[in-house]
Amino acid sequence: MDINLITNILFAMILTGTPLLLVALGEMVCEKSGVLNLGQEGMMLMGAVAGFIAMYHTDNHFLGFVFAMLVGMAMSLLFGFIALHLNANQVAAGLALTIFGTGLSAFLGNDYEGKQITVLPALVETELQNIPIIGKALFAQNAIVYLSWVLIVVVYLFFRYHRQGLSVRAVGEDPTVASNIGLPVMRIRYLSVMFGGAMAGLAGGYLSIAYTPMWTEGMVSGKGWIALTLVVFASWRIERIVLGAYLFGFASIMHLVAQGLNWSISSNLLAMMPYVATLVVLVMLSRDKQRLKLFEPMALGKPWHKNS
Amino acid sequence: MIKLVARGQASVKWGYLSPVLAVFLTLIAGTFLFWGLGKDPVLALYTFFISPIADWYGITELLVVAIPILLCAYGLALCYRASIWNIGAEGQLLLGAVVSSTMALQFVDSTSLWAMPLALIAGMVGGMICSGISAFLNLRLNCNETLVTIMMNYIALNTLLWAVYGPLKDPNGYNFPESALFGDSTLLPILFEGTRLHVGLLLVLLALVVVWVFMSKTFLGFQIKVLGLDKPAARMAGYKETKLAVMVFLVGGALAGLAGAVLVTGTTGQLIPAISPGYGYSAIIVAFLGRLHPLGITLAGLLIALIFMGGEMSQMVLNLPRSITGILQGLILFFLLSCDVLIRYRVVFTLPRFLSTATQGDK
Repeated sequence: MDINLITNILFAMILTGTPLLLVALGEMVCEKSGVLNLGQEGMMLMGAVAGFIAMYHTDNHFLGFVFAMLVGMAMSLLFGFIALHLNANQVAAGLALTIFGTGLSAFLGNDYEGKQITVLPALVETELQNIPIIGKALFAQNAIVYLSWVLIVVVYLFFRYHRQGLSVRAVGEDPTVASNIGLPVMRIRYLSVMFGGAMAGLAGGYLSIAYTPMWTEGMVSGKGWIALTLVVFASWRIERIVLGAYLFGFASIMHLVAQGLNWSISSNLLAMMPYVATLVVLVMLSRDKQRLKLFEPMALGKPWHKNS
Repeated sequence: MIKLVARGQASVKWGYLSPVLAVFLTLIAGTFLFWGLGKDPVLALYTFFISPIADWYGITELLVVAIPILLCAYGLALCYRASIWNIGAEGQLLLGAVVSSTMALQFVDSTSLWAMPLALIAGMVGGMICSGISAFLNLRLNCNETLVTIMMNYIALNTLLWAVYGPLKDPNGYNFPESALFGDSTLLPILFEGTRLHVGLLLVLLALVVVWVFMSKTFLGFQIKVLGLDKPAARMAGYKETKLAVMVFLVGGALAGLAGAVLVTGTTGQLIPAISPGYGYSAIIVAFLGRLHPLGITLAGLLIALIFMGGEMSQMVLNLPRSITGILQGLILFFLLSCDVLIRYRVVFTLPRFLSTATQGDK
């Protein structure tokens, strides 16, 4: 195991963990407001295809990411309307969003499969990148990775110190009480759902513009679902989401590790690792039902309507 | 303005009408979609929904597509009746296909009468292994069943890929990721000469009757319903909650695994990576659209199968990507969930606020 391998693994771990981090961050905010959106996978796919198309036609990374976020938000509004306005079962509405997003993204991206775009470069070129082990991981990342670090801090501060952060949590714990003290429950929930959509869209765009960079049908391959587990794993706490996202990032690059160590394991079996890891994490978390309930927003997934 | 007013009691009428309305709305949305894509909507709708089943061969093909979807959906409906959000039919189907193929490949040169039944049973066992793991994780280790089953889907998919790229790859297959062709003794007999419709159809009919009788005529079926509607009540009545849940998981897995076995032994005759274009996911829509009732599911399954075929057809005739199938399926589920609001709420049309205050002022 040489230094170079470790350097590259750390770099790839953060690179791969970033989309999970973004989606999980968005979903966490959404769940804190009491809404369970299982449509992350669909929103990510739509973000990925939208970002790629925008990037392909404008050759502008910024526009690509903005477009991905907007499309993610639009998808989340669709979910919001059905789940919040029409009071549908949130699990079913989320599933519908994923099925719809999978189909629509495949349709829209049909002509873009195999097309080439400019790779998103590292944000800065500095000598610091040559520091062994951590240099590449910390200083050679692309802009979105740094943006995700900024977002971590912003969301953390928002929930820790801002009044509105408290409002979101109040709405997620007990919407009736929150409504009685004058909080606009619906608006807060819509905004939280939209933030989740924007993050999922951005994560999707990250996959198709920065990570791969190309579009293939169904390219998100379960990352949206893994992110959902991540939020539970983190018991709705940001620092743990960061830790979890990078751990899952590591599980997803096992094929790199195996290559570096000259293991001969089928790549298909290695591709199973993130999903197996998710199951293992789920098992470890769920042993204690009481503890899980302790951290979960109390009104999570329960439809709520004023005066009902 | 439109207002929703809660009904005192859930409407039975709208329970039946909502899926019909949802399909109707999907058709309208589809018309606009085709129109927006610059196709003649009438021609497009004809190509999509009529031309695939315009002749006898088309109808048999529709049934071929519907077979795996229906098998999965009956099993899922049992789970959903028990309020278990099992979305793992796809994975159970895939693992069923892998295990069934492994068994079938033992009989390539054999003429044994046991070959075909064993391949089918192997498929069911494969599906049950997959759903059994999910059940264990869900019921013994308290894991959320939705997340567990979706993870099992991806694990099963990678198992399938591993199998066709590795141990089950045809040694004489020019390195294509496919298994060898199965022997005649394993293939499901064709029902009608000149078509691809195989005896899988009879298995579907059998499953339909069994599941129907089980749901509506047996005490176990009743217990499942109670468990789904009111868990505390089921507990108070002393029903064996875990046992019931394990049972619906396993039955669902067996049916989905059978679907996988039927696909490899009936439709393709070998194991290929793209054995299922998401039949297990479509079965979720089918189960909901069919109101979790076997008869309704059968109708819904035929409709979704038609949408699958329409996608193929519109790719050939209209030069549209076949993924349009996925859009229409998603739309159906969206519209269904939206229409379901009518079961619990009445829509009341009221005058816009400025008009109503004006009339009040007159008094």
